[in-house]
Amino acid sequence: MNRFVYADNAATTPMSESVYNAMKPWLTEHYGNPSSLYRIGREAKKAITEARHKVARALNAADPTEIIFTGGGSQADNLAIRGYVKGLSARGRKHIITTKIEHHAVLYTCEALEKEGYPVTYLNVDAQGHVDLDQLREAISDNTAIVSVMAANNEIGTIQDLKAISDIAHAAGAVFHTDAVQAVGHMALDVQAMGIDLLSLSGHKFRGPKGIGALYCRKGIALQPLVYGGGQERGLASGTENVAGMVGLGAAIEEATGENLAPKMDYVRGLTNRLVEGIMKIPYTHFTGDPVNRLPGTASFVFEAIEGEGLILRLDFAGVCASTGSACSTGSLDPSHVLMAIGLPHEIAHGSLRLTLGEQNTVEDVDYLIETVTKVVEGLRAMSPVWIDGKPDLTAATELHS
Amino acid sequence: MEYSDKVFDHFTNPRNVGEIPDANGIGEVGNAKCGDIMKIYLKVNDDEIIEDVKFKTFGCGAAIATSSMATEMVKGKSLSEALKLTNQAVAEALDGLPPVKMHCSVLAEEALRSAIADYYRKLGKDPEAILGCSMDCASCHHEHDHG
Repeated sequence: MNRFVYADNAATTPMSESVYNAMKPWLTEHYGNPSSLYRIGREAKKAITEARHKVARALNAADPTEIIFTGGGSQADNLAIRGYVKGLSARGRKHIITTKIEHHAVLYTCEALEKEGYPVTYLNVDAQGHVDLDQLREAISDNTAIVSVMAANNEIGTIQDLKAISDIAHAAGAVFHTDAVQAVGHMALDVQAMGIDLLSLSGHKFRGPKGIGALYCRKGIALQPLVYGGGQERGLASGTENVAGMVGLGAAIEEATGENLAPKMDYVRGLTNRLVEGIMKIPYTHFTGDPVNRLPGTASFVFEAIEGEGLILRLDFAGVCASTGSACSTGSLDPSHVLMAIGLPHEIAHGSLRLTLGEQNTVEDVDYLIETVTKVVEGLRAMSPVWIDGKPDLTAATELHS
Repeated sequence: MEYSDKVFDHFTNPRNVGEIPDANGIGEVGNAKCGDIMKIYLKVNDDEIIEDVKFKTFGCGAAIATSSMATEMVKGKSLSEALKLTNQAVAEALDGLPPVKMHCSVLAEEALRSAIADYYRKLGKDPEAILGCSMDCASCHHEHDHG
């Protein structure tokens, strides 16, 4: 019987047992609406407040009221960018600066705003995925409202220099938003020390529940709501609160950050290093992203002469969950925008594989991953017309070999 | 996007993978940039019967499955029968393909026709007269459904 190895922790993580237990009573016994004045309503309100404190503590926010619970990371990103440029704090500034490797929650929000007359600059990244800070300095002006750069990339794991970016944004009078959906619970974040004005996060990326996220919004910033209604979350996320989700998010962030962060991530980093070493023994394989300054659990590769969808399906048959940025996974002819932005040729980017580990993975899992990926890559290469005599026959690859 | 059991079967255990060293018809279509390349090898006898057929494919699950199915469907058939094979027939034999993957079945049909064209060309015959097209897909400007 095959093992089952979940190696797609960047897609989502298994909810931790203690988070589930913390949530359970808020789904069943304590069903009160937090806006209600009677006891069970007040209890729910109190639970939300506690959860908000936990999120604030994890990010080192100055005040818990700076935390706005949302329906997930994408909603937080939309609220941050659209809410800011349409809000009073933008003071008429319209220009948005972001990057070419953002999540679609940011990219498509920016594209939509572009159509509404907001000029957008999409910054380039280098071959490892670092944002071009010189281009940021050139592009920023006194019309720039907001600079939005992700803390760490979801596909290749590269971590950005957040403090340097916020310094440039602030010097021009713009605010700094970071999509930290992939980063929270995986790297240390301090909104005050890093000069972050707006930060998006999502519960299910650090063993919390799906469908709940939060936006950190520094005190004094006035956002325009996306949803109008009962005025929950300071009027910025109307709708009866997802109490159990908020409680779960609070429990999960407490478990994943603070003193728990370093020991957990040291363990995960050790696993990932072993994995990278093993996978890189496969010939004509390239590591993508920053090999050092990356999320501890993220390892992404490209294998020449094969295509990623086939790789994922065959890994699935062997009990391995992984992901790819190949065109066949995106439903278009282009591989992922991130792999394109770091300058990979199409021919090579089609053969991408992302393995992302979590604290629940073991050394045995890693060894099984190495063994299985090696076998599957060999099998697909054996039937590839561009794999000849143990070598890739791809003109686009010659540059990578030099 | 959902694949049928047959697609999974042909992707997991593809039939006729490999090369034919003494092939007398070879066709290759697609390009690595788009993420699909199919190469089909034919061994055709004097009676114009496909005695053996093999393929090599760089591409997604559907690309490999359609190559496998298309080669199964023409093995032992005459060239004139093989030329009647359409991409829809390949897709139907696999119990359907997701709409975004239909172009893979088009590639399978083209790879086969391209190998047959090569066979005729090697015999000194003009493939265009028989196929209605030179099957020189690399320099072809016809609009193919490659969505």
